[in-house]
Amino acid sequence: MKKTSMLWQQKMALAQVAHAAAAIKNIANAIATCLLLGSLTIAPTALADAPRVPVAPLPRYTQECGACHLAYPPGLLPAPSWKRLMGGLTQHFGTDASLDAASAREISTWLQDHAGTTPRVMEEPPLDRITRSAWFVRKHREVEPEIWKQPAVRSAAQCGACHRGAERGSFRESEIQFPKGLDARFRRAWPD
Amino acid sequence: MEEFMPATRLVLSGIILAATVASASVWASTPAEQLAALTSQAGRPANPSAGQAFFNATHGREWSCASCHGAQPTKATQHASTGKTIQALAPGANPERFTDPAKTEKWFRRNCNDVLARACSAAEKADILAWLIGLTP
Repeated sequence: MKKTSMLWQQKMALAQVAHAAAAIKNIANAIATCLLLGSLTIAPTALADAPRVPVAPLPRYTQECGACHLAYPPGLLPAPSWKRLMGGLTQHFGTDASLDAASAREISTWLQDHAGTTPRVMEEPPLDRITRSAWFVRKHREVEPEIWKQPAVRSAAQCGACHRGAERGSFRESEIQFPKGLDARFRRAWPD
Repeated sequence: MEEFMPATRLVLSGIILAATVASASVWASTPAEQLAALTSQAGRPANPSAGQAFFNATHGREWSCASCHGAQPTKATQHASTGKTIQALAPGANPERFTDPAKTEKWFRRNCNDVLARACSAAEKADILAWLIGLTP
């Protein structure tokens, strides 16, 4: 015959509550652990929106390579990409950017020393173009294609059109501006 | 206040002048000096209007010098591909231009290759420089 005394039922209820409480505690522990582990792995990559500490630019690099475009922070490309670029300066994305041997050596060494080593940069982009890197495309996916072609922006290579701190190696989201001279009709398409 | 004796003044001026000339030839050049060197290499006087035509022509290809520097390079312009600001090329608008022969040579080498797919001759460079020198903002 089943035990159906009040006392027994109360005991069963208490046991079930205790069991449930233990289960909840286990789940809570599991969630907390996940969050902790997650924050440890996600936080560093979130900060890697820009090179963590802007490298002090080599004056020769700024002078020679910054003449026609932004002197891109060396951390934006992996070493093999920089090596290929420095080896092909007479045909540098459609132009002759050749250098005297001494300058080329100085700049190459510096680029190799400061090339990007973070996981996302290690993947050599097509044509060694920073703007074709998977991370670049992902970061700029909200920018309407038409905006790149407007005279105020001209090309994705002109970081400074939107990134106010680009000249000093900073690409923080808080420093992004609507490009000067860009037609107001693009405000709608501007990711805010 | 007593005036300096004329002889002392003369000697002093001579020393200062000599020092200036000596230092100038060591570390800097002028557009006129560079033009003289190019003209001498070219073996004929520079022709500014030929220089202007040359500067603005595309020479059967995509770009002209003017594509980046402007048809009248007395103002800042933008690089045809990247949009980067390029300061005025005419020395009359930008006193830094053509003061460093190595820099002049480097940019002629690169940009003539871009525009013409060959080196510019001394005569062509002289024509261009003569025209640029004559430009006022």
